[in-house]
Parts: sequence; structure tokens; C-alpha cells
Amino acid sequence: MTQRTLIPALIFTMASVMVTSSAIARDSIEVVGSSTVYPFSTVVAERYGRATGKPTPKIESTGSGGGMKLFCSGVGTNYPDITNSSRRMKASEFKKCQTNGVRDVIEVQIGYDGIVIANSVAAAPMKLSRKDIFLALAAQVPGAIEGELIDNPYSTWNQVNPALPNTAIEVLGPPPTSGTRDAFAELGLEGGCKGIAWIKAMKKTNKSAFKALCHTVREDGRYIEAGENDNLIVQKLEANPAALGVFGFSFLDQNADKVQGAQIESVEPTFESIADKSYPISRPLFFYVKKAHVDVVPGIQGYLNEFTSEKAWGEEGYLAEKGMIPLPSEERAAMAASTRGLVPMKGNEALK
Amino acid sequence: MTESVNNLDKIKQSLSRRNRAEKRFRWYGRLAIFIGLAAVMVLFTDIISKGHGAFRITYIELEVTYDQDRIGVENLTDPEQLANGNWEALSKAALRNEFNDVSGRRDKRKLYGLISSGAGFDLKDRLLANPLLLGETEKVWILADDDIDTYYKSWLDGESYAARMSAKQLQWIDELHAQGKIRLQFNSNLFTRGDSREPEQAGIRGAVMGSLLTLILTLLLSFPIGVSAAIYLEEFAPRNRWTDFIEVNINNLAAVPSIIFGLLGLAIFINFFHIPRSVPIVGGLVLTLMTLPTIIITSRAAIKSVPPSIREAALGMGASKYQVVLHHVLPLSLPGMLTGAIIGMAQALGESAPLLMIGMVAFIVDIPAGFSDPATVLPVQIFLWADSPERAFIEKTSAAIMVLLSFLIIMNTVAVWLRKRLERRW
Repeated sequence: MTQRTLIPALIFTMASVMVTSSAIARDSIEVVGSSTVYPFSTVVAERYGRATGKPTPKIESTGSGGGMKLFCSGVGTNYPDITNSSRRMKASEFKKCQTNGVRDVIEVQIGYDGIVIANSVAAAPMKLSRKDIFLALAAQVPGAIEGELIDNPYSTWNQVNPALPNTAIEVLGPPPTSGTRDAFAELGLEGGCKGIAWIKAMKKTNKSAFKALCHTVREDGRYIEAGENDNLIVQKLEANPAALGVFGFSFLDQNADKVQGAQIESVEPTFESIADKSYPISRPLFFYVKKAHVDVVPGIQGYLNEFTSEKAWGEEGYLAEKGMIPLPSEERAAMAASTRGLVPMKGNEALK
Repeated sequence: MTESVNNLDKIKQSLSRRNRAEKRFRWYGRLAIFIGLAAVMVLFTDIISKGHGAFRITYIELEVTYDQDRIGVENLTDPEQLANGNWEALSKAALRNEFNDVSGRRDKRKLYGLISSGAGFDLKDRLLANPLLLGETEKVWILADDDIDTYYKSWLDGESYAARMSAKQLQWIDELHAQGKIRLQFNSNLFTRGDSREPEQAGIRGAVMGSLLTLILTLLLSFPIGVSAAIYLEEFAPRNRWTDFIEVNINNLAAVPSIIFGLLGLAIFINFFHIPRSVPIVGGLVLTLMTLPTIIITSRAAIKSVPPSIREAALGMGASKYQVVLHHVLPLSLPGMLTGAIIGMAQALGESAPLLMIGMVAFIVDIPAGFSDPATVLPVQIFLWADSPERAFIEKTSAAIMVLLSFLIIMNTVAVWLRKRLERRW
């Protein structure tokens, strides 16, 4: 090719690449959102694709917040159809969806996920309460006098609670961007925080100070942010029996020969204890669907039917096999009916 | 006279000291190389020791009857019937047939857990490839579940991991092993299938195809643009403040962290031009931006190494500047440019950070066939597998790393070979 034709040819290639690609209609479902729900929605997508022979939905793990942002940006094939979330949609996100024209959103709760605090099987199992967790990991803890706050002075577990072993506090856990961290702060730390009477009273008088106190994790190196990769935390725990780690139940389930879950308020994290809610640190998992896309992108209804079928999310379904804790059967039946019937959120739900 | 003797003595005295210094210096060099090689060796042994297991996978031999009534399919050419067929019934019946004393819901579930959840679909593919099998019975090696695979491999190695196995399952595996009905086979799924959430069904074909499509586009765009920019800057552009400014910027771009290119791609290609997320087109465009500076810099170096006498001779023969460049400088510098391009491509092949922003970090099962199909790439596949809870993905991750490394080794070897083969010394 001579130079005379080379440059125009190049410009033409680039331009045509952009024009043709932006005009492509989508024939596969696009799912974004939580990395906690990702392992479950991917299984459903794969089974759906293999059983029907239709294109398999594409699933991106963007985190709950990132997924909501993409999901609520607008209606049309440039935007995702479904977002996964390891927490309920916030009121601010619902509002953003509404202003961007995403009017009818179907909310589907799929089950629960337990958050475990585990250590290496080489060490003795831990027996913690949520109060112990709060005192060991919060940035500020109550001092000697009521109402006084001091920087967290504890360096060993038996300083927190004399019944615990005399080992240094060293906890590996997810970074603030992670939904697991949010849930751990809300259910674990805040749960322990409320155990102290005057702080609980503060919740009514000064909510933001209460939240700042109860959700802030110490930053003096006792809590180590180990990244989003839970496998890495398991490996580090194996190498360091003195450390504890915070991660999702499915990783405990898969690595039972390496790590053991700590009892929280004398309840061991097991499939059954999370399902009957006696294990205190568990959270609901959701996904959200754009109703306007159901008739535009083929396969959404089929994907929803597959997800809400008993063989998927039932007590003996394949999602339970992957470590998801199913909803109680009555709630499950009701949720399946409203999902398959494409009943959108009304806007009067108690969103935070 | 005495003075020169003194000098000679001095030289003799210092000789051994200088020899020692030289020896020491050589040893420093050897030590540096040794440290580098040792690090590579540690990396390779770690990856290979973890990943070699993934190239073999557990199969269980069962007697399968392709019972028409059980599947619920009468006509094998009707796609509707095929989609609704109960294919799992085939593998389940085969298992019940093998262990006919199993009863009770719980035990049956454990029994069905011995083989891969995709086994039914594998049997479907087998039947469609050979429709005469309908109604017949044959012995088939069926893919085992990942938990069984992990257990069986660890058991063969003498360090059994049975935490996810029930006592019944252990007993069944023992029986199968005693009858020679369970064995390890070459894991061809690893190379022929796309991603899967079931480790035993997961393969890297989709990621390899995605990498290939992305790299083709990257090469098609970045090589001509990079080479044209280099030729203009080296041969035609005047030397002034503007060209200096451009040069500084190009060198700067080569050092910009790759994630920045991802953000740029997100802002321009996806948000402005509305190219869909996760497709090789947008990946190729972003990687083009990333490899352009590398290609421009290496191409300029290649053009610079062409001696001025060649240009002067051509000009002296009456060639125009355009002819000098196109007929003489470009052919002579092409080997260097190609080497630079291959190294740039190898860099692009190993890149995952910029693709994070443009949606190529996604779970994609279908193998991409074109530039506008959703795709992922090899390094991203490694990242996704490393993040999965299932134990069996650990060895898959290392196996994928081995494949990526072998691609990189091949590309870099070709670059070295090209340089040796084609480069001229003046």
C-alpha cells in the first residue's frame, strides 16, 4: 500500500469500527454488580445458556456500588439490564434511577451470605462476641468514664476480654470499597457497638456520630486490608496461625481443611445456623432488573425463571451447593411469584 | 634506567590487585544473573508445581443407555425438543445403575454429585454427533465433579483432602477405583471450552480467542500509526520546540500507568462513541493507545540506526525524499520496527489493568467469534479464576499462567530470532 492510500484507509478503518460497533443491537443479557453475588449469578447464567442454547448472559463484577451506578445511568442497550447487590438499594440510588428514566425496577432477594471470622486450623478456635470484635477493631473505644472515647489501646485479645487468648490482635479483612466490609461494619462492629448502653443511646441523639464511631475500623496496623481476594486471605491465614481473617462463608466452606470459623456469641458459622439466622453476621443478597429491558433484550424472562426455580435457589438447589444460603421456603415462593410476574418496586419501600 | 625498573615493579605489584578487581567484577555480574535466574526458577517451579495437575482430570466410566423416553426427545433434529430434553436423566440413570443399592433422597443427591453437572449436556453432544446411538447402551468415560477430582488427585498423591466429601462418596470412589472405573485423563476441556463456574468444565479457549482478536486489532491499528508517526518525526519534521515537545510527550506516555489508558478508553470510546462494553474492539483501541508510544520509540530508534550514507547516496542518485524513505530507509529499518512491535504486542497480551475499566473483566462463557462479541483476555481469566472460591480453580489458575507464559516466551523468542536473522550491521 502506498502512503497516499494508507492514511485515508486507516482513518476509514477506525471510523467504520466505531460506527458499526455502536450500531450493534445486543442479543445477550448484561449483568453488573456485587462480587459477592457474582459466583451465584454466573452459575445461573451458565446453566441457562447451556440448557437453552441461547447466548449466555455476560456478568461483570463491579462491586455493589459500581453496579448501581451503571444500572441507574439510563435505559437502552448501552446500559446493563441487571445489577447484583450484596445490600439493598439505597434511597439515593433509587432516586437516581428515577431521574435517569429507569422507572420500573424489579427487586429480587435471592438469599443470604454469612460473613465469617476465621483462623488457621493449626490454632485453637476462637469464641468471640460482637462486642469483642468491636472493641478489638474499632478506631475509638469507650474509655474508663462513661461518655469518654479513647484511641483503641488494645493490642492483644485478652486485653479485650480476659477469656480470650493472649495473642496479638491481627485481623486480615476486605478494604472499604468492598460490600463485605460494609456488611461486616454494619452487622459485626455496629452489633457490638450497640451492646454498650450509652453508645446505643447515642444512636437516637446523634446518629452521624454513632455511625462514625461504630463503623470506623482502626488504622494502626492491627486490621490489615488484604484486598478483595478472599483466597489470598485464606493463604495468609494458613501461613500465620496467629492471625484472624474476615471473608464470605463460601470460602470457609471450600477450605475447611485450612481454616475454621470463629463462634460468634457461641454460634458456629454453618449452613444451617446462617439459614435460621441464629448466626448473627449474615446479610441478604439481591439483584435488580430493569423492566423496560425485558421485552427488548431476549432472554431476561428466561434468566429470571431459571434463577427463581427451586432447582437453582431452593434448599437443595445448585446455588446452595455453591455456598449461598437460601431464603425460607414461604418467602422464596412469594419472591418467585413477584419476580416472574415482573412486579416493580413501588418506591415506598423502607430504603436506607 | 632505575626509574623504568621502578615503574615495572610498580606495574608488577599492582597487576595482581587489578586482576583481583577484575575477577571480583565478573563475579558481581554472575551473581546478578544468578539472582535473576533464581527468581525466575522459583516463580516457574511454584507455578508448575501448582498447575501441572490441571492438565489431567478425573473421569468415571459408566454404562449409559440413550433411552428415548427418559430424555423425552423423539426427533433429534428438532431444536425445540433438544432444548427441553431431560439430558441429566441419562447420567443419573447411569449412576443409579452402577450403584443400584442407593436409596433415599439424600444419598441419591450425593451420588449425583459424583459427576459433573454438565455431564448430561456432554452426553447430548455425544448423541447428536452420532444419532445412531439413540436407544443403544455404551460405556462412556464421564467427567467427574470438581470436588471428586480434587479428592482423587490428592488421594493419588497420598495426601487426601476429603473435607467436602461424604463418607458414602469416599466409599463409592474406593469401589470405582478397585474396579478401574475411575482414572485421570488428559484435560482437553481446558483448551476447547470457554469459562465456566464449574472448575471441571472451565477452559481457556474463550480467553485465548479474546486475546487473539484484541491483539489483531491492536496490531492493525498501532503498527501503521506508530510507524507513520516515527517516520514523520525522524525524516520529515523540522527540529524545533514543537517537535521537542511532542517527543517529550511520547516518552512520557510510554511511562504512564496502563490503568490511565483504561480510564481514557472508558471516557472516549464507551461514554462518547457508545461502543458496547466488553468487546474486543474497545479493548483493541485501548491497547493501541497503550502500545503506540512503545512502537513509536522503537521505530524511531530503528530509523536512526540506518546510516546517513544510504540516504545521501539515494538523494545523490536523484531520488526524492519520499522515495528515499519508502525505498531505502523503511525496508532497512523494518526488522527493528517489527521487533519493537512484537515486544509491544507481548506487553499488550499481558495487560489486564486497562481492560478492567472497559468491562472486559467479566464472566463470559460463549467463545467470541468476532470483534463485536463480548470477550475477555488471558490475564483477566487468570485474575477471575484466582478470585474464585472453588478449590479446583487454584490449579486451573496456574495452568492458565503457564499458557500465558508460553505465549509470551514464543513471542519474545520470535522477536530475538527476527532481530538476529534480519538485522544488518553497518
